Amino acid sequence: MSTAAVHDHGVVHHEEGHEHHPKATFLNTYVFSQDHKMIAKQFLITGITMAVIAMLLSVLFRIQLAYPDKSFPLLETLLGRFAPEGRLDPEFYLSLVTIHGTIMVFFVLTAGLSGTFSNLLIPLQVGSRDMASPFVNMLSYWFFFTACVIMISSFFVQKGPAGAGWTVYPPLSALPTAMKGSGLGMTLWLVSMVCFVGSSLMGGINYVSTVLNMRTKGMDLWKMPLTIWAFFLTAVLGVLSFPVLVAGVVLLIFDRSFGTSFYLSDIVVLGKVMPYEGGSPILFQHLFWFLGHPEVYIVIMPAMGISSEVMSVNSRKPIFGYHAMVYSLIGITVLSFIVWGHHMFITGMNPFLGGVFMITTLIIAVPSAVKTFNWLATLWRGNIRFTPAMLFAIGMVSFFISGGLTGIFLGNAALDINLHDTYFVVAHFHLVMGSAAIFGMLAGVYHWFPKMFRRMMDEKLGYLHFWLTFIGAYLVFFPMHFMGVDGVPRRYYAFTEFASMQRWLSVNMFITWAAIMSACAQVAFLYNFIHSIFWGKPTVQNPWGANTLEWTAPIEHMHGNWPGEIPTVYRWPYDYSKPGAEEDFIPQTTPFSQTMSSNLPHDFEDNPAGLEELKKWTSTHKANEAVK
Amino acid sequence: MAFKRLITSKKIPAFFAAFMLLGTNLLMAQTATAADPAKPGVDWLNVSYYVLLFLLLAVSIAIAGKILKVYDLTQQIQGKKGINWNNVMGVVCILFLIVGGIGAWWEFAVQGAMSLPEAASKHGVKIDDMFWTTTVITFIVFVITQVLLFTFLFRYRHSEKRRAYFLPHNNTIEKVWTIIPAIVLTVLVIFGFFTWQEVENTTNTKGDINIDITGHQFAWYLRYPGPDGILGKKNFRLIGGSNALGIDYTDKNSFDDLSADTLVLPVNKSIRINIFAQDVIHSVYMPHFRVQQNAVPGLPTFFKFTPTITTAEMQRKVEDPKFEYLLYCNKICGGSHYNMQKVVRVVTQGEYNQWIAKQKPYLTYQLRQELKLAAAADQKKSISQNTLALNN
Repeated sequence: MSTAAVHDHGVVHHEEGHEHHPKATFLNTYVFSQDHKMIAKQFLITGITMAVIAMLLSVLFRIQLAYPDKSFPLLETLLGRFAPEGRLDPEFYLSLVTIHGTIMVFFVLTAGLSGTFSNLLIPLQVGSRDMASPFVNMLSYWFFFTACVIMISSFFVQKGPAGAGWTVYPPLSALPTAMKGSGLGMTLWLVSMVCFVGSSLMGGINYVSTVLNMRTKGMDLWKMPLTIWAFFLTAVLGVLSFPVLVAGVVLLIFDRSFGTSFYLSDIVVLGKVMPYEGGSPILFQHLFWFLGHPEVYIVIMPAMGISSEVMSVNSRKPIFGYHAMVYSLIGITVLSFIVWGHHMFITGMNPFLGGVFMITTLIIAVPSAVKTFNWLATLWRGNIRFTPAMLFAIGMVSFFISGGLTGIFLGNAALDINLHDTYFVVAHFHLVMGSAAIFGMLAGVYHWFPKMFRRMMDEKLGYLHFWLTFIGAYLVFFPMHFMGVDGVPRRYYAFTEFASMQRWLSVNMFITWAAIMSACAQVAFLYNFIHSIFWGKPTVQNPWGANTLEWTAPIEHMHGNWPGEIPTVYRWPYDYSKPGAEEDFIPQTTPFSQTMSSNLPHDFEDNPAGLEELKKWTSTHKANEAVK
Repeated sequence: MAFKRLITSKKIPAFFAAFMLLGTNLLMAQTATAADPAKPGVDWLNVSYYVLLFLLLAVSIAIAGKILKVYDLTQQIQGKKGINWNNVMGVVCILFLIVGGIGAWWEFAVQGAMSLPEAASKHGVKIDDMFWTTTVITFIVFVITQVLLFTFLFRYRHSEKRRAYFLPHNNTIEKVWTIIPAIVLTVLVIFGFFTWQEVENTTNTKGDINIDITGHQFAWYLRYPGPDGILGKKNFRLIGGSNALGIDYTDKNSFDDLSADTLVLPVNKSIRINIFAQDVIHSVYMPHFRVQQNAVPGLPTFFKFTPTITTAEMQRKVEDPKFEYLLYCNKICGGSHYNMQKVVRVVTQGEYNQWIAKQKPYLTYQLRQELKLAAAADQKKSISQNTLALNN
């Protein structure tokens, strides 16, 4: 069995000493590392870099939306031909929107989030020496890195990057004559995406096999922390849905480059009749959203897992309804495959199908509601410690509620007629998957920073970062709902052409300044992050008083994670503030025999011998009390 | 650590400083020479103000941080406890709840009043009912959950004296909050499903006015049927020259089809707009009528609705004599996507009849000329059809 083989291999390594290891060089330690902890850091730093780039792009187009008639000569200095006379080119504006979306959804919130925390936490929390295949894991990072480089390189081609929106609907993306961005920029986008999906698949297969095969002794599925459940189900979702995107993208490449007509029919561009016949643009939308909808859950589920863990640790309270939390994650995973049509209510899809997708979409709101109530119940009568990680986890819950509720509008086909593709949609998904997921990610960074870099981040700067970002995000996205309900469309270069939209200009200016403030607040994070890596306060073994396995691994990183044997797990990870226990947490590695005073009958549901022991202990204990 | 050596090395910052000094000098000199005197140059003074302002802010935050640290340390030296950040954060949470609540209320009052114009179509009123029902339900949930979230944070902030209450699960309450949302959502689904069916499942009835609307980069073409009330066939291969829509003139119904600049609609009449696109996907969006449907090349779509308020009436209602209903594109379609509008005018039946009488047919003199040439070429192929057409 692979489990046994890998374990033995790891142990043997350590017993025989270090002569087996190749000499640690800069190249194999920092660059082509196969150690999951280093790969996690690589994913994190690449993800943060991409996030900063995408954030700067958003500031650029926000400036355009706030001051559509003003010229900024600085922009021309920075962007050259993309901003002639100091004003953004309309097609470059669309490119900015497109690349902002693509980077944030795929490179930051998929690879940056799952890549970082699945890699770091899966082996450490399930108790294994490394991933199932460290080499494939390394390849996964390098495919991701290649995808990033290709995506950014599209800014340096003559006609600029892809500009058909992050959903790249053909025919706009398929016809190079339809817009500048559909030229070489689009080709680079597609190539980058294929690399990205390769990376995501290699990562996903690794996560699934590690969770299924390489758990330590005693770690059955119902003893796994919610983080691991979330990463596991996310990986399953990714493995099943990303290949469909590749299929869609490959057919688009065929249409663009080899003259096929999968998505194209009856087209006349610039007065020229095209030979395409028999294809359907709707087909691409089906293929895209078959990934695209699970994708939003790929983005939010790791954030949910991280927040659950962080909130439980810092409320000093078990997560409320652990089983319900797992079942709702499973429910979301299964349902997310049959709701993609709610992105297509008005695209020309059969209206009957729209009705069916509306029903499945509103069903998926039930597990989401259960999760929210369980988080609230976790906080109830807790003993809440406000670490920056805790604040970000709370922010995630707040955004998830605010953004999730507007999903009930958009999931309703009748209401979607008027709200589709307006700013209401922008507000909805930026809150529920954008802000919520990035807050989950930041919660993870603050919480597991000591595990990754062996030092602590500064708490006060963390507080400042949280409040500025939290308030800023609400100021940016809350007013957008009202614009959307008024019928202001997204992806408009300027609102100057319509009298009905000009009255929203002051709101747009307000949003832009809120966005600039939030962007500046990220400097506090970046400074804190980089400074703490090198000069932060050294961490102690278990800085948060957490139960999970990763805090039993030595602070100093080593290949194989634990010296000697991997610890055995005896209990679930959420025994916080258990009545009768000495401390307010009992690590998973503590056997029940050492905590007789705090054991409950519930702990021995599938262990009659243990229950018998408990009864014996309780009766003798009671007898002793009586004697006293 | 190799990285740390890299960072602490003094050579690198020195080199960087030298580069900044010399490099920017060089760069500035170049831009200065290249600058066109007519063009407004970059106002570096202004830019540096903003940069300085930001640096000043960063420095003051750093100073405030240091002061807090010094205060904390002196308290510790005196044997007192420093600032209790858990209390501070708890209070900030409750402040956020209050200020945020006021802010949200203000937004609803001020911006809420600016949005959602009155529905000017029959089905629009039904959609609005649905909208308000959903808004009320979600707003209640929003307020309850956010209030609970932030008051819990304040109420249960950390205290050394207390221990959290060990409550791993409670199946009854889990069932309650699974079933209640399920019931509420079922109600919304049923309500929404029937509204949707009503809006979309429309069969053709007698007296419908059929209007073709065709999107292309970056404008809309309109086509009204002539006196026969039937729109002729189209074929995208025929597009070219003066035949911008590719109307098939072998179909006799095409001859009297009219072109128009403005989408004029009679009030209280059932309108069916047939939606086409020539190049990329566009979307016909008329927010006042709660109408939206994508225009997809190769896949004709349609939307049926009944306008109920004339433009003149609406102008009185919104107290804006310049008010016009608008149709615009709502699916990204290229560089000028943001300016693809068409005025929609809802008028009385009498005004509509007058207006339609003035519209010119698509078959202009020029087009006739062009088609005669084309007709000669394929006369052999379709003599029968042509005779039919000529007999008319």
